[in-house]
Amino acid sequence: MSDIRDDRQYTKSHEWILDNGDGTYTMGITDHAQALLGDMVFVELPSEGDETSTEDEFCVVESVKAASGVYAPADLEVVEANEALDAEPELVNTSCYDKGWLVKFKSEGINDLMDATTYSETLD
Amino acid sequence: MMKQTPLYQAHLDANGKMVDFGGWEMPLNYGSQLEEHNQVRHDVGMFDVSHMSVVDFKGAEAKQFLRVLIANDVDKLKTKGKALYSCMLNEAGGVIDDLIVYYQNDTDYRMVINAGTTEKDIAWINAQAQGFDVCVEPKFDLAMIAVQGPNAREKVYQAIPGTEEICGELKPFNAASLGGLFIARTGYTGEDGFEIMLPSSSAEFTWKMLLEAGVKPCGLGARDTLRLEAGMSLYGSEMNEAVSPLEAALTWTLDLSDKSRAFVGRDALEILQQKGTNKTIVGLVLEGKGVIRDHQKVMTNLGEGEVTSGSFSPTMGKAIALASVPKGSEGICEIEMRHKMVSAKIVKPPFVRNGKILV
Repeated sequence: MSDIRDDRQYTKSHEWILDNGDGTYTMGITDHAQALLGDMVFVELPSEGDETSTEDEFCVVESVKAASGVYAPADLEVVEANEALDAEPELVNTSCYDKGWLVKFKSEGINDLMDATTYSETLD
Repeated sequence: MMKQTPLYQAHLDANGKMVDFGGWEMPLNYGSQLEEHNQVRHDVGMFDVSHMSVVDFKGAEAKQFLRVLIANDVDKLKTKGKALYSCMLNEAGGVIDDLIVYYQNDTDYRMVINAGTTEKDIAWINAQAQGFDVCVEPKFDLAMIAVQGPNAREKVYQAIPGTEEICGELKPFNAASLGGLFIARTGYTGEDGFEIMLPSSSAEFTWKMLLEAGVKPCGLGARDTLRLEAGMSLYGSEMNEAVSPLEAALTWTLDLSDKSRAFVGRDALEILQQKGTNKTIVGLVLEGKGVIRDHQKVMTNLGEGEVTSGSFSPTMGKAIALASVPKGSEGICEIEMRHKMVSAKIVKPPFVRNGKILV
């Protein structure tokens, strides 16, 4: 069974988004996504200050098996990228909701997110 | 309905992540492909390769037939159990399959062919066998377990009683029989080890004995990165029916020394050889970050090519690939990866053998 956290929201493309309450959000990929991709070997992250429009690919997570784009859930500005993933991409596998986060960003709001229950139903 | 090997339940018991592999329901990994890869490089792991097919050739003209059927020459096999790698060609010199053939005696050989090509191989072999006194016997009642890694032999001796007496002196690329077991010191990982052919009915028991001896199950994902590091060709990737061994860096598997041996595809190969071929397979090591993938475009100093097998090398911590490029390409090439050009170094495979990085 996939681990799904109640404290955050989800996209259709298997990313999680945590509202930090200060106009910033933290984003990563879900347990379901990391399990599908398998062992992560490389994560390509944007730089602080990068601006991205909704649905643009702004990160790439690469496993032994496949490369997968991560798409911006809204118009956003990157405030921090998880540099630890440079040396330890496997954090995305071992700690996808905590140490394996991808980016923090500023945004004026995100549409079309699902809560944990709704997201879990999409996995059935 | 996908086909299952006799070890299907054992894979489920070990939490195997089952995928469709050419119509077979096979384990991709049992949790972590990287760990399984490293396990084989540093210790020992085992793979269910029962989807591959074993075909026996028996009869007064078995030898004459195989000398025509395949491009390497079974005449060089003189001792019982000796193995030979070869391609089986069509009339145009393209590769129908790559295979290993084991010698028992001049009237008895065993061949191991790929899973995905089994049906067409057997149809082809039967058609070629017309007029020869040879019996072609596919052995679909056999399973196959590959035990690979620097500690593979020791673990097999420990797990399966009697194997050390029979296989203790076995040299690489040789096989021995023990009751219903056919044990070959061959593999597809670049490490020492055995490939064990055995009756399907005893596969699960043997697998369990190996598990109990501490041999970890490894999936087809690790098998692919191990063979790629070892620089070994994969049928359908580095060669196929439209690619000759001359263009796939497999010229070493062709035996043209006996001028009178008219094997299938020989005429076409000799014409190709005279005209000269302009493609070959080389190794690539990515200089930066990212992972090379199959079919990405490659630009070398001599022109365009294509990645035939690309992945990440767990041993090197870098992306590596085999690629079909213009013959003579050297130095640095550019690979088109996800909309950008990335530099890679052209090297001669293998990348890794027996735990050591060679490039």
